[in-house]
Amino acid sequence: MSAFLTLVSRDLRLSLREGGAIGTALGFFLVVVTLMPLGLGPDLNLLSRIAAGILWIALLLAALLSLGRVFESDFEDGTLEVLATGSMPLELVAAAKSLAHWVSTGIPLALLAPVLGILLNLDFNVYPALVATMLAGTPAVSFLGAIGAALTLKARRGGLLLALLVLPLYVPTLIFGISGLSAATANAGSFGPSFAMLAAISLASIVLGPLAAAAALRIQLQ
Amino acid sequence: MQLIAENLCVERGSRTVIRDLSLVVASGDAIILSGANGAGKTTLLRALAGFLPPSSGTVRIDGGDTEKTVGEQAHFVGHANAVKANLSVRENVGFWARYLGGATENDARVERALDHFGLRDLAEFPAAYLSAGQKRRVGLARLLAAERPIWLLDEPTVSLDLASTGLLAKAIEHHVEAGGLAIIATHTPLGLKRSRELALQLRGRAA
Repeated sequence: MSAFLTLVSRDLRLSLREGGAIGTALGFFLVVVTLMPLGLGPDLNLLSRIAAGILWIALLLAALLSLGRVFESDFEDGTLEVLATGSMPLELVAAAKSLAHWVSTGIPLALLAPVLGILLNLDFNVYPALVATMLAGTPAVSFLGAIGAALTLKARRGGLLLALLVLPLYVPTLIFGISGLSAATANAGSFGPSFAMLAAISLASIVLGPLAAAAALRIQLQ
Repeated sequence: MQLIAENLCVERGSRTVIRDLSLVVASGDAIILSGANGAGKTTLLRALAGFLPPSSGTVRIDGGDTEKTVGEQAHFVGHANAVKANLSVRENVGFWARYLGGATENDARVERALDHFGLRDLAEFPAAYLSAGQKRRVGLARLLAAERPIWLLDEPTVSLDLASTGLLAKAIEHHVEAGGLAIIATHTPLGLKRSRELALQLRGRAA
């Protein structure tokens, strides 16, 4: 356990010091959402109707930007090899790095979303539901994304391939995230079941993602 | 303890690089792997560490902690240093001490490792500002910061000056005298007192 926490805290410290990954993800999120009202025109009703969808899709794309670095920098400087000789299995290494990615990217993005909601005329009553669904949904983004990051580790310009591999896996998260929010806005359907599904998807990815990512890492280390 | 390889065959691509290699390395042994470029030194070390699955044959440990794999008991020093540019020298070494070693006495061991490799004055510097040789020394310092019985070193002297190479040789000698074992692939004479040489030939059969 101590090795796990050591690795998580080192990754968090590095992402704070390097700053680039979080900065780009947050900046990208901000820019994409800002462009939407400019492209769609100043129809406030339209904007508030599609705000939830825009915020979720922009969040997924922003998180994708930083996923490529989850294993890449450790692979390049030889750290990954040494991590693999540690006392904990590679599955836990992948889990620790995914967790650090969620804390350093998923949480800040989820917390920034309400601020961007103002730009899209999102109803203030929806904000608690927005942050709640995003906090419950983003672990799946990090833990499933780690599979793609591990698979594309040696691929040149792996970013696009990573998006192709990983975005389809995000479909369930997106669907239940949006349906939870539309329940909160239009009082259509109920919020509870969607939120529960979102949490279930995240829990399943926390268990299964590291297994698949570790299998991919073993091949990459050969 | 003994590190034993039996009839080891390892393929890279479709080429058999290591063929029928049997090897017994006991506590107190230092093996120098030599051979031309492409003879399979790195391949052998990576197979021993468990990164490369052998196409046939086995690698096992006799005595010692048999619950753990060879990799979990080994320090593997590859071509890259495993040093993070944005952490200070002490943070880098301290991370590996906590991650690879046990939970106890880490601080004392980190300080000893920094002292041995002459990194005390650089301890608070971010590793990004170090020279190639200094970074190599930071990478090597983890050998002393976490105690492990098996050392697998792949070209450890790259970019080290003569004095630093001497420091590394001294560390290896201490380790071997204390009952550890080391396998070192190198082209630089280390001047170890007790060492055996294993020459790999291009076809991968040990001479």
